[in-house]
Amino acid sequence: MLEVDRITTRYGAITALHGASLEVRAGELVALVGPNGAGKTTLLNTVAGLLRPAAGSVRFDGRDITGSEPARLVRAGLALVPEHRRIFKDLTVEENLRLGGSTASVADRRVRLDEAAELFPVLRSKWTTSAGFLSGGEAQQLAVARALMSNPRLLLLDEPTLGLAPTMIDVVFDLLQRLREQGRTLLVVEQNATRILALADRGYLLRTGRVIATGTGPELAGDTGLFDSFIGGEA
Amino acid sequence: MTKLIQTIVDGLGVGSTYALLALGISLIFGVMHLVNFAHGELITVGAYTSYFFFLHGGSWWWMPLAIIGSAVLASVATELIAFRWVRNSSPFTLLLTSFALERLSHAFWQIAVSPKQRAFPKPEWVFNQFKIASVSFEVMDVVTIVVTALTLVLTALIFKRTLFGISVRGAAEDFDAARLMGVRANRVISGAFAFAGFLAGVAATLILMRSPAAEPSMGADWLLKAVIAAVIGGLGSFSGAVVGGLVLGLLETLTRAYLPEVAVGWDKFSTAIVFVLIAIFFVVRPDGIFKVSHAERV
Repeated sequence: MLEVDRITTRYGAITALHGASLEVRAGELVALVGPNGAGKTTLLNTVAGLLRPAAGSVRFDGRDITGSEPARLVRAGLALVPEHRRIFKDLTVEENLRLGGSTASVADRRVRLDEAAELFPVLRSKWTTSAGFLSGGEAQQLAVARALMSNPRLLLLDEPTLGLAPTMIDVVFDLLQRLREQGRTLLVVEQNATRILALADRGYLLRTGRVIATGTGPELAGDTGLFDSFIGGEA
Repeated sequence: MTKLIQTIVDGLGVGSTYALLALGISLIFGVMHLVNFAHGELITVGAYTSYFFFLHGGSWWWMPLAIIGSAVLASVATELIAFRWVRNSSPFTLLLTSFALERLSHAFWQIAVSPKQRAFPKPEWVFNQFKIASVSFEVMDVVTIVVTALTLVLTALIFKRTLFGISVRGAAEDFDAARLMGVRANRVISGAFAFAGFLAGVAATLILMRSPAAEPSMGADWLLKAVIAAVIGGLGSFSGAVVGGLVLGLLETLTRAYLPEVAVGWDKFSTAIVFVLIAIFFVVRPDGIFKVSHAERV
């Protein structure tokens, strides 16, 4: 479904990705792990169209989407839950969701608002609250619910448990499991590597802008190199 | 008491014009981080449009439509022709671009029409007065306040209820996040310029009914006041811009009316005193009235 082929992305003089490649097949949950500064967020942002790669290509459903505007990608069925959630704090919960469904028809948007209220009971009770007043866990659920409003076939999630209390981390992992059961394809960047690899079909280990290991979740979790790369040794 | 009421009505009249202009400036700042110093030129465009139509038998019955229409077109055109190309440049480049547009506009009207003022007729009823219990009001003050109030209600509805309005507010807070929602950058920015043009057109109509004349640099004074009003309210805050405009209008008329008359010409200092008050305000609250900060809880 998604093929990232040797992409290189730069921020000015700094190269964050050095020809990284990965693939996500329909129905899979793929984990992207690696130490801080490895380029995980850069990779997701490049796929979602926020950054333009200097080299390489990104294909979605067989079509070349390299450097496409996010607005086009959302319409094609690809959505990103960005790092730090980036919910609209000045908008209410409902307005956040409506904006998430801005590409849908009026009728579809209404149906999906009802679905969101059902899937996320926490949000239903805060429907008209400013999103700035939500707790971290609620905000994360809103960020996911908002991305789901465009009914994406491929959902990219960037650090969905960052800064959450332990009980909220459980809620988010349950949510990932449920999304997978719904048949959505997921590419997840996660700091909690052991836990996401246990859930994932496959994983990629990214370090200093390069994919240095790949395999099924358990394979990668058992890889001794993974541990080394986290503490900074040579993999 | 009578004097106080009249002064407040005057202040609200002037202030609501500032509010409409400040709202447009805040709107553009929200989506583009541009303080648009060419915004006042939309008033000039409206003025020359009226002048042109009055030369060819215009009437105040439909002139507001022509003024608002020309301001909307001009606003959208400046974005297309000038700002779109520098959108991702530094805020300083954007600011300079807007200065350049302002200067170009002044020069254009001087060459194309005349450096001198061109007057046209005003609606006959403008300076009529009426009395409610011994307090006399000017018709135009009441018209200004009512029209502004209706415009602001319409604006609030659009920004609260429509997808366009929510997109603009979302984009003002976090443009990239809005793009991730499928919001098209060009469309939301064009829309914001069109709406800012509409608000400036309404303001221009109210200004021109009172002083029906076109002059190349007429936008500059209004622009300065509107920028100050927007900054008092907190740039980017829409409700702040409205409150900032009203506060500025009231401050101006109140200082002018109530400065002590001990020395001749004290009232001439009213503008200076307003600016001093504003300077003090910014020392106390540098982000304006309505800067809201959200604390995120875990």
